[in-house]
Amino acid sequence: MIMPYKLEIDGLSAWFDQKQVLKKISMKIPDKSVIALIGPSGCGKSTLIRCLNRMHELIPGARVEGRVLLDNVDIYDQKVDAMEVRRKIGMVFQKPNPFPNMSIVDNVVAGLKLSGKKNKKDLMSIAEYRLKSVGLWDEVKDELKKSGASISGGQQQRLCIARALAMEPDIILMDEPTSALDPASTAKLEELVQKLKSEITVMIITHNVGQAARVSDYTAFIYLGELIEFGETKQIFESPKNPLTERYITGRFG
Amino acid sequence: MPLLSRRMKDKMVKYVCLLLSAIAIVPLFWIISTVVINGISILSWEFLTSLPAPYGEVGGGIGNAIYGTLIINALASLWGIPVGVMTGIYLAEYDKDSRLGNVVRSIVESLAGVPSIVFGVFAYSLIVLTMRHYTAIAGAFALGLMMIPLVAKASEESMKVVSNDLREAAIALGIPKWLRTIKVVLSIAKGGVLTGSLLAFARISGETAPLLFTALFSFYWPYSIDQPMATLQVLIYNYAVSGFGNWVLKAWGASLILVMIVVSINIAVRYLTKKKYSGCE
Repeated sequence: MIMPYKLEIDGLSAWFDQKQVLKKISMKIPDKSVIALIGPSGCGKSTLIRCLNRMHELIPGARVEGRVLLDNVDIYDQKVDAMEVRRKIGMVFQKPNPFPNMSIVDNVVAGLKLSGKKNKKDLMSIAEYRLKSVGLWDEVKDELKKSGASISGGQQQRLCIARALAMEPDIILMDEPTSALDPASTAKLEELVQKLKSEITVMIITHNVGQAARVSDYTAFIYLGELIEFGETKQIFESPKNPLTERYITGRFG
Repeated sequence: MPLLSRRMKDKMVKYVCLLLSAIAIVPLFWIISTVVINGISILSWEFLTSLPAPYGEVGGGIGNAIYGTLIINALASLWGIPVGVMTGIYLAEYDKDSRLGNVVRSIVESLAGVPSIVFGVFAYSLIVLTMRHYTAIAGAFALGLMMIPLVAKASEESMKVVSNDLREAAIALGIPKWLRTIKVVLSIAKGGVLTGSLLAFARISGETAPLLFTALFSFYWPYSIDQPMATLQVLIYNYAVSGFGNWVLKAWGASLILVMIVVSINIAVRYLTKKKYSGCE
């Protein structure tokens, strides 16, 4: 593969107090692609992506070792500001979490507004652009002033993606973004993830192996804090090298 | 028939609860109706807007006391509410589980249990004795101090119920903590913070003991917060125990005004808590 790597995870280990939850994970993640992270509950998938935007360290007793290079800069370097990292690496959570005290428009531009961008006209056009790119504009254009929490769960999740996109991140991390959604909303979201990779890299955790196969270019299988196998999704699903991977994707454990 | 007896038990418990609630509510209506019956006859524009008349003269009112209560309450709120809200923010967002946080929390909770007269004596020894005269500032100091634990507790509780998912959403957007706290957590909790502040305001509107040692009373319009100042509470206290028929009647009138102030604040609280956006689950 000759392509630039957007993100390089190099020997990443993570702990909660004495308990090691990630064991020397190394991955090279290409730009503008979708990476699915699969593995049984509690295997460390969420911890892994929380290490990538420096949210793991916020939990008391949590610790990280190793390097994570974003465009060749270690995000754990002393000189790097965690806030800056989080603006470049956005995140979408399992449960949609729009700000209920803000309107739909204000939700989209919340990150920009609160980091000092104030021009109302600019913010409005950014909001419109991002709502269009997540396919929400036509659904909400008549109720832009309503609370971000007043729309349906699937719409809220797309609103959260628009909010993350408005920061113009290089990467978006998604932690089981469809687990709280109905099948129709899930299908829309999967379609959106596919669309997003023309712009940015998406790392998506999923418990649904089918979803991983549908949306991703690369798949990583994680088990008990270790990266068991990482490669092109087609290869992982058609000819997994590790018998554990095969057993997991065929539903024999997990 | 076990089913029937279970239903009967259910009903019995319900009616016992209803009866006991009625017993709790009766005194409230009793107080309010007594105050209204005794106080309403004296209410007039003159009563609300003039200075007290000396004993023996007809007419006169409680205008300076109404004005004084509002000034002292406003001064108390001016420092009591911000300090209370900041304490609540500290307890809910910054040192929720640390040792220092727990120490602060227990101090705030004990402060809420201190009898109001103690706040009065404290303000008296700290300010009145130093300045060598009674002053409204000391009254506002004592009442503000009483507001702090009430506002702090209400703020802390209403910020604690803001879902953690929303804090995480703000963290993931790279928003610094102080801004997250103000624009997300406090903004979502503002209904509860406002309610707590108004209830604290209503609470101090009825406090008399802290004012007896501090603002004392005055027969004139307030002209400086550095001087003694009339308040409804102290006026009611003075007039009610005076034994003069006309003054006792004025005490009833003043009580009615005080009750009306407190009730309207409570109605405002009711109205405000039906807020537009809610972040609580």
